[in-house]
Amino acid sequence: MSALPPQPAIEVTHLVKAYAGVLAVNDISFTVPKGEIIGFLGPNGAGKSTTMRILTGYLPATSGQVSICGYAVASEPDAVKRRIGYMPENNPLPEEMRVSEYLYFRGRLKEIARSKLGSRIDEVLELCDLKRVRHKIIGKLSKGFRQRVGIAECVLAEPPVIIMDEPTIGLDPHQILIVRDLIASLRGRMTVLISSHILPEIEMTCDRVLIINQGRIVAEGTPEDLRREVLGQSAYEIEAAGALGSLPFLLGTIDPGLSVASEGKADAQGFRTIKLKTLNPEDAGEAILRACLSEGLRVRALSRAHPTLEDVFLAATRRSWDAVAENPKAKGQG
Amino acid sequence: MKHFLTILSHEVRMLLVSPNTYIAAVAFLALMGFIFTGILEDYSKAVMDVSPASVFFQLYYLPVFFMVPLLTSKCLAEERRLGTIETLLTTPVTTTEVVLGKYGAAYLLYIAFWGSTSGLFYILKRFAGDARLIDPGPIVGGYLFVSVSGLLFVAIGVFASSLSKNQSVAGILSLTFLVALIFGVRYLGGVSWLDREALAPLKDAVQYAQINQHFQDFTRGVVDTRELLFYLSGTVLALIFSVLSVEAKLLHS
Repeated sequence: MSALPPQPAIEVTHLVKAYAGVLAVNDISFTVPKGEIIGFLGPNGAGKSTTMRILTGYLPATSGQVSICGYAVASEPDAVKRRIGYMPENNPLPEEMRVSEYLYFRGRLKEIARSKLGSRIDEVLELCDLKRVRHKIIGKLSKGFRQRVGIAECVLAEPPVIIMDEPTIGLDPHQILIVRDLIASLRGRMTVLISSHILPEIEMTCDRVLIINQGRIVAEGTPEDLRREVLGQSAYEIEAAGALGSLPFLLGTIDPGLSVASEGKADAQGFRTIKLKTLNPEDAGEAILRACLSEGLRVRALSRAHPTLEDVFLAATRRSWDAVAENPKAKGQG
Repeated sequence: MKHFLTILSHEVRMLLVSPNTYIAAVAFLALMGFIFTGILEDYSKAVMDVSPASVFFQLYYLPVFFMVPLLTSKCLAEERRLGTIETLLTTPVTTTEVVLGKYGAAYLLYIAFWGSTSGLFYILKRFAGDARLIDPGPIVGGYLFVSVSGLLFVAIGVFASSLSKNQSVAGILSLTFLVALIFGVRYLGGVSWLDREALAPLKDAVQYAQINQHFQDFTRGVVDTRELLFYLSGTVLALIFSVLSVEAKLLHS
């Protein structure tokens, strides 16, 4: 394969998967460079799990090309399977095995030399904080431990690409923190593709986010990019009292695009909460404050609203639904 | 086939730590001991012209009917029900290796169960003191038959397990297949409408597949290569169908 010097870890071009006539994945293309942590977001049934299964070679694609580290999944499934660690949705584990036995068995299947396997198992047990339960039977472990056994198994063979379908599902906040640190520690060494419903989770760990809806990519980029691109505006919230009638004019002098989005009721002290919005990404907080004070308005608080990934996600998926409703063949790229 | 041994040893271990195996083993030995005692009681009452071993092995189908489903119904059905087949097949392992590994483990255990009945013959030899009761021919022939036919029976059980996600459905399916193979074919051998000229090839095929006839031959010391071929080809076919069934179910999952 005549790859460009920095060969991408995951390359998906025009991937389509149809189940009995229903398109689960509809012409998805994306590339993940080596060492990047990428988050896969989407509502239920958007095609996340299907895409991941195709990436691992577990399901065949209907059309399109997928390659992992330069190996095409369709023609060289064995080479691909040697290079991935995969944790499926719901993390299925055999119930009757002990944790260390399970890791040993999986290590042998993943072709780790017997001499190295023991120390490698110790390492991942340490990494995932599983030392205490290494001799316990998996069926008797709590959800959090089972999840971490799945993650330990995933990183066991030190594959260059790790694919995890909802790794933090069912974990408590403390365990989520551990998993997040764990994933962050893989940054640079391994390429990680994770899907999740917990959006702050993705936001904190991932370098880049892919939002997928109804089998199409609706938005792609870093969390900051997405905010700017999908929401396309900054919002401010100001609590002020005084002659608020002059406010729109005042705002116009700072930035022509700045306008009042909503105005709340006055409280006991006469302060109102006013929401402002603008298309200008620059921070205009200081200018707003100065303008208000110079007009004799009493300002109690001013803050710039930070749209969360949740807002981005909702906006992006809603936008794609609108697009589908208008025109079934509308292009999905945001 | 690099991973065959890994899967085989893992499966054997899993079978050995599972309480089900021991329940099956106890039930099996109790039944066989019961049959054996019954046979010996008959022999103590009157002189018979066949050796007790051939009478004992004649009832080979009883343990086959409950042991094969017990040993095999879980192997692929459970993997699919838990979803562990997904993690298994995303390692560099082929479906063939998985099916063969599971089949090998179930077959080894099946042989081990039958092997344990040799204790009954040992006890007989030790305490009966009558050389006529211990005729090595039928014993060797019986065990040979059991191990060769076991290849096919266990493969059928594995195939049944590949068909369903539900362990009990798989068990009942494999029981049905086995009954159809052993008694259904025997029944077909006796029906008169197959005697027509036009159906002669079918009649031949039915005669060829008479497992009871094979059993008679083996205990009489006749090892026919056509019979060996019947079991071997049947085994290969059942295993190929199991692999295809697992793969087809992935495509439509």
